[in-house]
Order: sequence, then structure tokens, then C-alpha cells
Amino acid sequence: MPQRDGTPRAGYQSTTVAQARVRESDVTLPQESWIARYLTPRRSIPSSVYTILSVLGFVGVLAIWSALSYTRLVKPLFLPTPTEALAALWELLVRYGFLKDIWASTYRILAGFAIAAVVGVPLGVLMGSFKLFEALFERLIGVIRYLPASAFIPLFILWIGIGDAQKIAVIVFGSFFPLVLLVMDVAANVPRDYLDIAYTLGASRWQVFWKVLVPASLPGIVDSLRTILGWAWTYLIVAELVAANAGIGYMIIESQRYIETPRIIAGIVTIGILGLVSDTIFKQLYKWLFPYAERVNP
Amino acid sequence: MSDILIDHVEMMFAGQRGMPPVIALQDISLAIADGEFACIVGPSGCGKSTLLKAVAGLVRPTSGRILVGGRLVLGPGADRGMVFQSYTLYPWLTVRQNIEFGLQLRRLRRDERRRISDHLLTLMGLEGFANAYPRALSGGMQQRVAIARALANDPEVLLMDEPFGALDAQTRTVMQELLTTIWEQYHKTVLFVTHDIDEAVFLGDVVYVMTARPGRIRARVVIELPRPRTFATMTSEAFIKYRNQILAMIHEESLRAIQQPVNKQAQG
Repeated sequence: MPQRDGTPRAGYQSTTVAQARVRESDVTLPQESWIARYLTPRRSIPSSVYTILSVLGFVGVLAIWSALSYTRLVKPLFLPTPTEALAALWELLVRYGFLKDIWASTYRILAGFAIAAVVGVPLGVLMGSFKLFEALFERLIGVIRYLPASAFIPLFILWIGIGDAQKIAVIVFGSFFPLVLLVMDVAANVPRDYLDIAYTLGASRWQVFWKVLVPASLPGIVDSLRTILGWAWTYLIVAELVAANAGIGYMIIESQRYIETPRIIAGIVTIGILGLVSDTIFKQLYKWLFPYAERVNP
Repeated sequence: MSDILIDHVEMMFAGQRGMPPVIALQDISLAIADGEFACIVGPSGCGKSTLLKAVAGLVRPTSGRILVGGRLVLGPGADRGMVFQSYTLYPWLTVRQNIEFGLQLRRLRRDERRRISDHLLTLMGLEGFANAYPRALSGGMQQRVAIARALANDPEVLLMDEPFGALDAQTRTVMQELLTTIWEQYHKTVLFVTHDIDEAVFLGDVVYVMTARPGRIRARVVIELPRPRTFATMTSEAFIKYRNQILAMIHEESLRAIQQPVNKQAQG
């Protein structure tokens, strides 16, 4: 009986000693160094620090630009000041109907992108799903992808003239082939087990294609479209190189003729902003369409 | 009747880059009775998964034939449900939609589908998760949905390819108990592939031991442990005897596989 009395007490005492030790070591735990906290590979950093740093990136570029231009270290002919560029943009918008140019370019981009998507997505899915289509097109498209779109401008002019169709054709040419290859990869990477399970649940080939391959590919397809739309904007200058009478690219080429450097920069910044806007729209679309998906690739 | 008859099945894969062809399965013959729970154990790479896929009709044997319920297997079908080791739930469908996938393919009426999925959700302890997406579930829960999806079709045969292989030890035990309970209710013919000997002895009426490459059946061990089997079964003397017997065979096979020169493997 006395033993029964003693045992819990001994246990209780040892617990308090252990707790006391833990508390002591809490106090003496050394601070991690600055390097350990911020320069360990893959280690996450506080989101506030992340936001500050990403803003700092833009501020840095702006600061270097300002330092070089306001001090006249670089001649204004080569690099105007940020205020001059902004003033040029304002002037373009208010006096020279720049909105019409923006619309003309956006229309061309969207039309070219839509054509590339309507043909490219189904073709890519077919190529990723059926070896027959892959064998038929993969090498061919792989070769064409490396042909420069600008080199085809003379041919496009010969075939379809110098109107809007020719500009859209350049966009289509630049975005269609990489899009097909991206979508093909997406469809080809649908896990084989997804298909096998469907077969063992009684699916026909047709059902496996429409009820498994296509829905499994959709998030990847939307992500590919986002990437390609970004690339399409980079083809704008090439598209509006010849016989354009409106457009951001056209304005830039015209400004080059008159050495209107502020306007060139205003045009470039406009393209950047439009690209960013279309990217953000696609990211939101992805979140809205695929609530089950892990996350958008950056 | 839904017995499985595997009749002199051989599976050969073409060698890659000038290597000789690989014999994955050699002269496999076994008969699984209607309603029997059969397990196949063997060292990794012995071709046990390939054999299961052949029964499912997902791959065709190089020679030999497989009959399920007396019908020759020519391709996959809804009469043979399958559960894989990897979580193969469709991420774009909710738990309920995943379970009803096979029923939807057969264009079953909505209320009929609902009745079946409701029953399975209860059976698997998944009430309250019907509208969740798979990625919100733990590994154990995902596999319960995968089993429910296979059962929803009411297949004659259930083919399971290491379904609990990716789960942690505690969850695995719970899942094994759940599976025996379900099987004792439904008495479907089950062909269960695993490399876990305890699992095979605990679940199976009969355990087939396979050899390493080329995969052959080395032994057929009838497990005469009483049912219903529970957690207590695993600590019984008889259980341990069966386990040690199979463990010794597998160990011998694994040693043989290691000692075998690589270029001789294909010739067997």
C-alpha cells in the first residue's frame, strides 16, 4: 500500500523536472542568423517581406532609369526621363487617338490568338492522345516552330494582301505551332492509370477520350493558352511592320522615324501593361474554372 | 459464376535498345473459385501487377488465356473492377461524382445512382464528404473512395493492385479490416496483389507466392484462419506460422534474384 502512494508522486516530480528543463532551453534557444532565415534554399520568407521585395524590383528599375535620365548622364535622345515618357503617353492618348491604336492591336492579337486556339487546341489534344496524329504532325510542327514569323511576311503579303488579315496571320503563325506542342504535352501527360480505371469501369474509347482525357487536360490547356497569349503580344511589332495605319506597333515604328524616343517607351510600356492584364484575366479564369486544381503555375 | 481461370499465361516484353526480350510472366496457371479472396505476393518486379492487368484486360498475354466466369478475357470491362496503388480518383469530380462515374457511363437514372452512392458513402464512412474534391481527402480516405467507385459498378471480380501500399502502417491496418468486413458481406471474387506478407495472410483465403523474374507461381498456400478476421487474428499463433512459412519462401526468392546475373534474367 505505501508503494501505491509513492509511485504517482515520484512520477509527478519527474514530470515537473522535465518541464522545467524544457522551459529553460526555450529561453536559451539561440537566434537564427539573418543568412539562415533568408538564404536557405527553398525556405519560405514572410509574405510581407516577399511583397516589399517584389515592389522593390520595379522601384529599382525606375530608380536606375531616373538616375540615368534626370541627371542627363544619358542623352534624352536615347533615354528620356520617366516624366517625359508619361507625358508622351498622355499626349498620345489625348491628342493622337492612341486608344484607337490600342484597340487595333488588341483586336489583331485576340483574333490571331482565337484562330490559333480554335485549331491548335483540338489538334494538340489529338496529337497527345493518339500516336497516329502525333506521328503525322509532331516532327513537322517541330520544324515549322523554328521558322521566323517575320520571314513569312513577304509570302503572307503575296497570299493575303496587306490588310488586317496579313497582320493577324503573323500572330497566328507565331502562336499556333508552340501552342499545339504545349497542348500535346498536356494531353500526353494525363496519367495512364486515369485511362485504365475508366476502362475497368466500363468506358468505351470514345468515353475515355471525352470523359477522362479532355477534362483531365483542361487546366493544362488553359495554362498553355495563357502562356501563348503572352507570347502573342511579343509578335505585335513584327505584325504591324508592313503597311499598317494604326496599332501600338505601328505607332512605335512611326516614332522611330521621327526619333520620338518618349513615345517609343510609352508604346513599350503600354504593351507590357496589356500583356500583364491579359495574364491576370487568365489566372482568374483558371481559379474560377478549376476550383479543384492545385495552383496556377507562376 | 465468376471464377478466374488463368491458363498457361506467358508475358513477354520486347527488349529495348538491342537487349533481349524480357519474360515478365512464365507459364502461370491458377484457378480462383467464385467468391474466393486470393492474394498474390512476390518480390518487387516479379510481374504480379502485370498479371493483374492481364486479368483486367488492360494488357494481352503473349500466350495462354484468361477466363473470368467462363468467358475469355479479350479486353477491359465493367465486370472486373480495379483499384490501383496510386490515388486514381479524378480530381475534377467530387467524391460522389467519382463513385458514380461507372454508373454515369451506363447512363443509370439519377435517383438510382444516388441510392447506390449514398449506400457506399455510408459503408465506407465517407458521409459528409460527398461534395468534397479528392485533394481535400487523406490518402486512406481517397482509397476508400476508389474502392467505393469500383464496388458501385457491382463487378463480379475485384482486382486490387497494392491498394494500401502507399498508406502509413496505422491507416493500412484499418483499411485491411474494413476490406475484410466488406468482403465478408459481399463475397465477391477478389484478386489482391501485394508485397506485404502480413496483409496477404490476413486478407486471403489462399496466397500465391510468386518468384522473381521470370515471374512464376512457386507455391499456393491455403490460409485456414477462421473468419470473421479481426485485429486479434494478426497476433494468433497460426497467423505467425503462415507468415513465417511465406516469408522464408520470399526471402529465398529475393536472394536468388540478387544472385542471378543480369543478362541471364531474360532467358530464365
